[in-house]
Amino acid sequence: MRNEKTTMRGVFINGVLNENPVFRLVLGVCPTLASTTNAINGLGMGAAATFVLLGSNIVISMLRNFIPDKVRIPAFIVVISTFVTIVQMLIQAFVPSLYEALGLFIPLIVVNCIILARAEAFASKNSVLHSAADGLGMGAGFTLALIIIGVVREILGNGSVFGIDVLGASFQPMLLAIMAPGGFIIFGLILGIVNSIVNKIGKRSAGKGAEA
Amino acid sequence: MNLRLSAGPHFVARESTQTLMLDVIIALIPTTAAGVYLFGIRAAWVLAISVISAVLAEFIWQKLAKKPVRVSDLSAVVTGLILGLNMPPEVPLWLPAIGSFLAIMLVKQLFGGLGQNFMNPALLARGVMLVSWPALMSVYTLPVRVLGNTSVEASADAVSAATALIRPSAYSTYDLLIGNIPGAIGEVCKLAIIIGFLYLLFVGTISWHIPVCFVGTVALLSWILGSDPLIAILSGGVLFGAVFMATDYVTNPMLNIGHIIFGIGCGVIVVVIRKFGSYPEGVTFAILIMNILTPLIDRWTHRRVYGMVKKHA
Amino acid sequence: MMEFTLVNFLLFMVNCVLSNNFIFSRYLGCCPFLGVSSKVETAAGMGIAVTFVMGLASLITYTVYHFLLVPFNLQYLNTISFILVIAALVQFVEMLIKKSIPALYSALGIYLPLITTNCAVLGVTLLNITENYNMLWSVLNGIFGALGFLLAIVLMAGARERLESSNIPESFKGFPISLVIAGLMSVAFLGFTGLVK
Repeated sequence: MRNEKTTMRGVFINGVLNENPVFRLVLGVCPTLASTTNAINGLGMGAAATFVLLGSNIVISMLRNFIPDKVRIPAFIVVISTFVTIVQMLIQAFVPSLYEALGLFIPLIVVNCIILARAEAFASKNSVLHSAADGLGMGAGFTLALIIIGVVREILGNGSVFGIDVLGASFQPMLLAIMAPGGFIIFGLILGIVNSIVNKIGKRSAGKGAEA
Repeated sequence: MNLRLSAGPHFVARESTQTLMLDVIIALIPTTAAGVYLFGIRAAWVLAISVISAVLAEFIWQKLAKKPVRVSDLSAVVTGLILGLNMPPEVPLWLPAIGSFLAIMLVKQLFGGLGQNFMNPALLARGVMLVSWPALMSVYTLPVRVLGNTSVEASADAVSAATALIRPSAYSTYDLLIGNIPGAIGEVCKLAIIIGFLYLLFVGTISWHIPVCFVGTVALLSWILGSDPLIAILSGGVLFGAVFMATDYVTNPMLNIGHIIFGIGCGVIVVVIRKFGSYPEGVTFAILIMNILTPLIDRWTHRRVYGMVKKHA
Repeated sequence: MMEFTLVNFLLFMVNCVLSNNFIFSRYLGCCPFLGVSSKVETAAGMGIAVTFVMGLASLITYTVYHFLLVPFNLQYLNTISFILVIAALVQFVEMLIKKSIPALYSALGIYLPLITTNCAVLGVTLLNITENYNMLWSVLNGIFGALGFLLAIVLMAGARERLESSNIPESFKGFPISLVIAGLMSVAFLGFTGLVK
């Protein structure tokens, strides 16, 4: 039991750091760019995606021995899209402002490469508890990345963080940051910076780190 | 052996680049002088900050990246100068500073430095600033001094006024030519630009193809669409763009046929944006779009000229 | 509802390909855009395959929505049904390409089945519903949107081929610089704003 808990924690942290879906695996680019116009939207998208990821990982893991190999991709898609439909209705009912803000990208969670990739690479081959940990970890990693990028874009483009004005009235916001080009450039720059940090850490330590 | 044709400049020796850049700077002197005369000390400040920021940005980057510091090749100076000449004279001084940093660090150095940018740094920075701070970038003022006999009233108090693009009938052809109009620091005095163009042709830095095709297309299309062709090419940034920005050989095609396509393309897009788009002036975006198309133009024109067998990936 | 005139047709095309380009303005289709854009020929092949899929997907999902879901009040099932249609369609296109253009099939590799998860495909089918297009405009939306994607991916490949031998900082090679390139290109495309009022 204790062993399993440690490995579960390892799996979780793997999703947040080593194999962070946005910064290391570079999956789910479209929703990343679309939902990071401010930090709150990033958080909302991250939460929705985590819900779907958790749900689909658990269900697919439960059914992994019953789904025939030939039809596994369509089967995964059915499970994932069911959870997406659920989350879509929940958001529409309880957080309509988020529904407005994220728009098309909520149903597009279905084709968020992260979810299908995890179903294929992990949930179909591991126990339910581990798959849940992976779902939570990847979701948390995704949300973390979205919040980081969202905060940067919001500060530059609006002078605020999570809706709270931090830079004062004399700050002239850089509108490009919350537009499409700004999204691409800022994401690219952050990714490059993350890469160089990881490279530096990799050079210093001698191959440490949780291996999933 | 994998022989790849690549865009110039192929030389990185300090001397050659420096001579080239020096010629461009010399060609820009008339425009700079005219701009400072017309718009006063404020314009001089904008230009100074642009140039200093550009050089500083390059210096900082090269130091941090542990590369040899090559600011004496003057390419950063040219970028800064062109960026500054593209600014309205009354912009807050932090704006050209940010612009220069963006141009040098994001568009030039990040991609590998001199000769390796695929879009014109000064123009891209201008595009970014135009979209990010639209209010600040579109305030144009009347000159503080006028040249010659004109009905335009100069004002030392930075009175904002509509540019010739928005109100073409407000200014005479003489005013448009000599620069007694509101506009960006370097783009108003067409006479100075033409002098610079002739100098660059004379020393062989540029060829006539791009500027002539660019300006010619704008004139022709504007005429077809019902505007006065002379006014069309004398308003806005067409002449400055055609002579100093579209001719940046790092970001335009290699062969003359490519240059002609490039020039015509720029002209078409400028007129389309002016007539149908949201922005009053399309020169910035037109040249940037043609920059993006340059690799494809090179591919097509190469095959036609050399009859090369299609490369297999 | 827009009537079908030549002017509307052309304006619609300009809007989908230039002013509201799927990649540069709407963020749809980024994963293959970043992944398959290192060579112009492969990029063009991907773009054409996507055009085919998006046009057909628009047609079929429109039919499914209006003749199956709406009459039975099952609109909330659109996400599930659309993605299943797309998955089946991509399988079919994959087989088609494997038989007719095997070189393209091997060049695209894993990215061909990944058209299923291309946000642009599902995206356009959902947009057709929210924008209330009739069948004709839905299909055109699919085709023109894909042409915009094709344009973007080919331009990106052109730029990346040219930058192959540049000394970009190590940590920026690959995805980071591609994202920056996409951003810089989107700045240029902003010039097309407002072309279609």
